[in-house]
Amino acid sequence: MGVLSPELLELAEAIKTRYPAGRERSAVMPLLYLVQSVEGSLTREGLREVAGLLGLTTAEVEAVATFYTMLRTRRTGTHVVSVCTNLSCALRGANEVFEVAHGAAGIAHGEETSEDGLITIHEEECLGACDAAPVVQIDFANHDRVDPERMRELVAALVAGEIPAPSRGTAPVDFRHASRILAGAEEPS
Amino acid sequence: MSKPVTRVLTANWDDQSVFGIDGYIAKGGYEGLRRALSMTPAELIDLVKVSGLRGRGGAGFPTGVKWSFVPQDTGKPTYVVANFDESEPGTFNNREIVEREPHRFLEGMAIAAYAVGSHKAFIYCRGEFLWPGQVLDAAIREAYSKGVFGDSMLGGGHALEVVLHRGAGSYICGEETALLSSLEGYRGQPRLRPPFPAVEGLYESPTVINNVETLATVPSILVNGAEWFAKTGTEKSPGTKIFSVSGKVERPGNYEVPMGTPLRQLLEEHAGGVLGGRRLKAWTPGGSSTPMLTDEHLDVPLDFESVAAAGSLLGTGAIIVIDETDCIVEATRRLVQFYAHESCGKCTPCREGTWWVSRVLSRIELGHGRPEDLPLLDDLGRNILFKAFCALADGAVSPIQSSLKFFRDEYVQHIEERRCPFTGKGPGVHGAAEPEGVVVGA
Ligand SMILES: Cc1cc2nc3c(=O)[nH]c(=O)nc-3n(C[C@H](O)[C@H](O)[C@H](O)COP(=O)(O)O)c2cc1C
Ligand code: SF4
Ligand code: FES
Repeated sequence: MGVLSPELLELAEAIKTRYPAGRERSAVMPLLYLVQSVEGSLTREGLREVAGLLGLTTAEVEAVATFYTMLRTRRTGTHVVSVCTNLSCALRGANEVFEVAHGAAGIAHGEETSEDGLITIHEEECLGACDAAPVVQIDFANHDRVDPERMRELVAALVAGEIPAPSRGTAPVDFRHASRILAGAEEPS
Repeated sequence: MSKPVTRVLTANWDDQSVFGIDGYIAKGGYEGLRRALSMTPAELIDLVKVSGLRGRGGAGFPTGVKWSFVPQDTGKPTYVVANFDESEPGTFNNREIVEREPHRFLEGMAIAAYAVGSHKAFIYCRGEFLWPGQVLDAAIREAYSKGVFGDSMLGGGHALEVVLHRGAGSYICGEETALLSSLEGYRGQPRLRPPFPAVEGLYESPTVINNVETLATVPSILVNGAEWFAKTGTEKSPGTKIFSVSGKVERPGNYEVPMGTPLRQLLEEHAGGVLGGRRLKAWTPGGSSTPMLTDEHLDVPLDFESVAAAGSLLGTGAIIVIDETDCIVEATRRLVQFYAHESCGKCTPCREGTWWVSRVLSRIELGHGRPEDLPLLDDLGRNILFKAFCALADGAVSPIQSSLKFFRDEYVQHIEERRCPFTGKGPGVHGAAEPEGVVVGA
């Protein structure tokens, strides 16, 4: 059995048609997102499956996947918490928020993912939302003006199995769901 | 003469109805496209040229001129690519344009497509913009259902298909040739220019790449005319522009003002001044890749020419404000860490140089700096600037050289006192010597 179900394989074919005939390689990123939405990160099998769909080698697909931080070839939590520590956020206290996120999620420094696999913390570059510094994303949904107190609450909510409401838009259920949206596999609501 | 306009792109931002296509049309939306379709593409390109509109993505290239470079006789399809990668630190106006009034941008993109004879447009949306991407996805569907996009734009006979393409977390993919590599399904590494994308871009075909703010500015030019547009701003930098103001100000946000408005006015009239009434120490006029300026430059008109004359660049108009309580060494270190992280790895001065500079800056910040570190930083900067393949590396040098130019004393103080004067961290003059083996900071 491959990674993608027959239904998702059909979707993969539809994704390829967004690009001109003969240029289906352009679909590599959305297809990697699609695989990631099933696997929760990118495994060898997932890379091979995308390669097969596009007539590429697994090495070619891996070269693409490893270039981008949102395509994850490492162990990844159910939720990815991204804390921007770039300058505008740092000036507003982001470094402390980043520290607190580790403590709250029980992740040692230098580690990314909690032992129970619930949370991955990612030090993020500028998220294009500096007016709301410090900015945190949970599965790429924005949380504005997050102080240490709010950071603790956000992590506590995740631990309690809740999805905190983002500052704008609707939150994906988890990292896999976010990947599915990023693949363009979901109609907007 | 009518009063110069100040809010064009953001005029409807307080009105939530313009989020959807009906509300946008009720406010006169897509009238610009209708007018464009009544002109020939050549007339349209001329109009944009005459307006003097310059690209908002950083380089300020005249938009109409860029469109006129697209050859019409290649036998290949022509593409329009909207650059919605918005990743330059401090920049956040493209996001708000899309989140508040997505159709203004889509309308500009449709006008660009008609001008250059393109039937397929791509929007390269940075991956982290999950929600803005969903907003666009919905807006594109609306535009199809209203006959704006599709087989015949507004019934005028020009077909346009629009595809949303999501990035996946990479600053360099905002650089236009890296963007094309990424969109074609490769690692996001820049390519040699020439050939320029207008001649040979996406899939080796003629391609116009424009920033979201640039495109969102176009409809108003169609509706009000080129002369109207040129009347606002300065002679060589006409129009209004949305400045993103962040960092140590009372009211961070996007503020649309005429080009040439100085920071003093932006702070006083819009951003509420420096946070807590403190003194402004340093600021970037156009994102982290543009050299920092100081409180001596508060009256520099924010247009392409004046900012360049003051020794910096207007870039994306992203103003990051640093106040007197902030450490310049730490601010610079954090920015250089960004470039080290985002370097695509293709060339040595950028890949290795940014990494080394960030290590040396860490060492100084942590109180382990050496007197010879300052000439070393000067030297590293010189060896990166203009010696790498693309402008990412030059951007990295901006904070290094400008901070050393204006705040050298603060660097010296870190080294002499063996600690950061702001955080107090470091061994201090009486502290232990640098541990053996700790060549650079942690
Ligand atoms: C390192 C680097 C990053 C860039 N990032 C962006 C970006 O995120 N968005 C953007 O519009 N332009 C970006 N640019 C500029 C683009 O290469 C290009 O000039 C621009 O999209 C052209 O649009 P305009 O003519 O409308 O300004 C970047 C350039 C460099 C060198
Ligand atoms: S300058 Fe840096 S980002 Fe640009 S091509 Fe070279 S290594 Fe890549
Ligand atoms: S610096 Fe954090 S969002 Fe821009």
